[in-house]
Amino acid sequence: MYRYDQYDHRIVAERIAQFRDQVSRRLSGELKEEEFRVLRLQNGLYMQIHAYMLRIAIPYGLMNAAQMRMFAHIARKYDRDYGHFTTRQNIQFNWIRLQDAPEILNELATVEMHAIQTSGSCIRTVTSDEFAGVAQDEIVDPRPYAEILRQWSALHPEFALLPRKFKFAITGAANDRAATAVHDIGLTVVKNAQGEIGFRVLVGGGLGRTPVIGTEISDFVPWQHIITYVESIVRVYNQYGRRDNLYKARIKILVKALGIDEFRREVEADWQFTKGGPSTITVEELNRVSAYFVAPAYQDLPASDANVDAKVRDNKAFANWMQRNVKPHKVQGYASVVLSLKRAGVAPGDVTAEQMDAIARLAERYSFGELRVTHMQNLVLADVKQSDLAELWLEAKALGFATPNIGLLSDIICCPGGDFCSLANARSIPLAKAVAECFDDIDFLHDIGEIELNISGCVNACAHHHIGHIGILGVDKEGHEWYQVSIGGSQGNASSIGKIIGHSFTFGQIPEVVARLLQVYVNERYDDERFIDTVRRVGFKPFKTYVYATSIEDDKAWSGTEYELLGKGVPYDTPYYSPRF
Amino acid sequence: MMIIKNKAIVEDDWNVLRLAGNDTPQSVVVLPGKVIVPLNVWLAQRDALQDRTDLGVWLASSDRPEALQQDIARFGVIAVDFPKFADGRGYTIAYLLRERLGYKGELRAIGDVLRDQMFYMQRVGFDAFAPRTDKDINQALKGLSDFSVTYQASNDEKLPLFRRVSRGVANG
Ligand code: SF4
Repeated sequence: MYRYDQYDHRIVAERIAQFRDQVSRRLSGELKEEEFRVLRLQNGLYMQIHAYMLRIAIPYGLMNAAQMRMFAHIARKYDRDYGHFTTRQNIQFNWIRLQDAPEILNELATVEMHAIQTSGSCIRTVTSDEFAGVAQDEIVDPRPYAEILRQWSALHPEFALLPRKFKFAITGAANDRAATAVHDIGLTVVKNAQGEIGFRVLVGGGLGRTPVIGTEISDFVPWQHIITYVESIVRVYNQYGRRDNLYKARIKILVKALGIDEFRREVEADWQFTKGGPSTITVEELNRVSAYFVAPAYQDLPASDANVDAKVRDNKAFANWMQRNVKPHKVQGYASVVLSLKRAGVAPGDVTAEQMDAIARLAERYSFGELRVTHMQNLVLADVKQSDLAELWLEAKALGFATPNIGLLSDIICCPGGDFCSLANARSIPLAKAVAECFDDIDFLHDIGEIELNISGCVNACAHHHIGHIGILGVDKEGHEWYQVSIGGSQGNASSIGKIIGHSFTFGQIPEVVARLLQVYVNERYDDERFIDTVRRVGFKPFKTYVYATSIEDDKAWSGTEYELLGKGVPYDTPYYSPRF
Repeated sequence: MMIIKNKAIVEDDWNVLRLAGNDTPQSVVVLPGKVIVPLNVWLAQRDALQDRTDLGVWLASSDRPEALQQDIARFGVIAVDFPKFADGRGYTIAYLLRERLGYKGELRAIGDVLRDQMFYMQRVGFDAFAPRTDKDINQALKGLSDFSVTYQASNDEKLPLFRRVSRGVANG
């Protein structure tokens, strides 16, 4: 993976010094909260319901064991012994004291990490395919380009204060696992007929209040020109994006308002001044960065392992895990293993300090010391020998990370919601917990097969509910939490936005609503048809009709569900400088 | 009034004309003396103001820098207004004035100008800053030296870092 050189170190160190000074000016009262807010957000520091939350960048989801151990250390020393992996491949700590934030950043810098632009109206952390570099369907490894874009976007002087946040996703595989269609800019590394490398560029995708699938602005931008090209896109956006209405400020609204042709014309008009100029990426720079992503020292191994094959035959639990959590690898004899962070009773994406240390050990032992975070809030050991799978399974199982549910109903994508997030209309973690507990029979889950259930606590859609096969959105009705349900959303190559099935439900009704949706699917499906394909084939009518056919009991037993980690630890004193004081 | 210019705190005698409630760009009276007028006043009263040598112009964040295409060389001072510091349009305006319109004179940031934005402002081409008057200008000056190295090319550094220096290489 990429390692900092002296320049990266210096930039991060100077950013910390700047932030430390900003924090001390806030603590002294020199900066008022409304002045400080924008400054702290540029560095990933939010004020949530209970406390400051610090979001740390894990650029394109790639990290090593030392970084994971640092997270464990931060969780223990500055937080309440756990952290939360997000749908944008970042990690969040929920109980941070403002005065500790600079020191946390200092500690992070020792393992080459930072919180630069993990929030705020600026270019956010670039996200990517969690199987980059190892996937069988990969055409070009996107990671060097992701790193080059990380550096270009970090502290970019012209784009620190855009109309709204700006998100990049990049993939280099045939199957899009980075949700490029729902990012402000979605890049796919491709080869043209001559075998040259370039990017297909989508623009104006996004979720939130107005979900939009990105539109192709260019089918091929040669790799050398990608910085100048995206710089022109962001420059046009910075000038013309709306600043009068928060909900209309994303680039998707501008692209819709201008139309893609006019938008493209603006971009190209700007680009002609910089295309081929100094920001053109050099072969030397690409080579320099690519050298950090060369394949690890793989061994020559047989294509399959007899012990694993035998165990698959004999042990159903192992077979289930192999089927769901183990993914093919481009190198013979290797596999990628997804560690499920979704098990009943735990908030999706939450990991305790102890578990972080254990995961770091697994990475060192089985996967060249590296880890990936997925935008589905799981972790990946990308380079595991097939002959190690049985042993790894036992260890992961003992740690609670071997739930064989990747891609299944209980692999729920869920935002922090009403338990933490100050923007929430409704709780999402307890709802995820209730649904997971309701449908925890592994045979049933395997029978239902691949399905994505996403729960967002508000219209900001951090859990990407619009592209969930079943999407649940928390809405506020006269101060009470309600949930709107949609079906038919999808990420990947055939991205689509889900459609709301009708009026919303209470917390206690949701498990039954999900059960009814699944019932319709089971009745209607062809043999191996996935839920989403059935929805596409039979349409949304039968689902809607059945769900609303009879009244649904509001099962209060579920709505009492609480998030157990929430009450943990010492009480957090709301400080005088907090906006909630 | 004190401003920051070329990284030093200096006395400044330009007056920035801002339209009051009843003023229109056509009707407002541009008093004699060194005045920085809004772009729309300059465009509306161009004929009358033509011969004044003690005139600067300022752009609102919604103004287009190309509107100055014809006149850019006649101004020794151009200012860009930041109505609030979170409005980032002024950064692109400055960049375009420098890089596309070739403006070489003083480029001044006015309005909600705070120390924490000044390093970026300097990078895109501002060389003068009128920090908000309720803030300590000596402190604001420090903002210009927050960083000693940057990744991107902009107006200050014509080359991105990867062309400026020879960077580290992977060693496993
Ligand atoms: S979707 Fe809403 S409630 Fe959930 S984390 Fe995002 S902003 Fe908060």
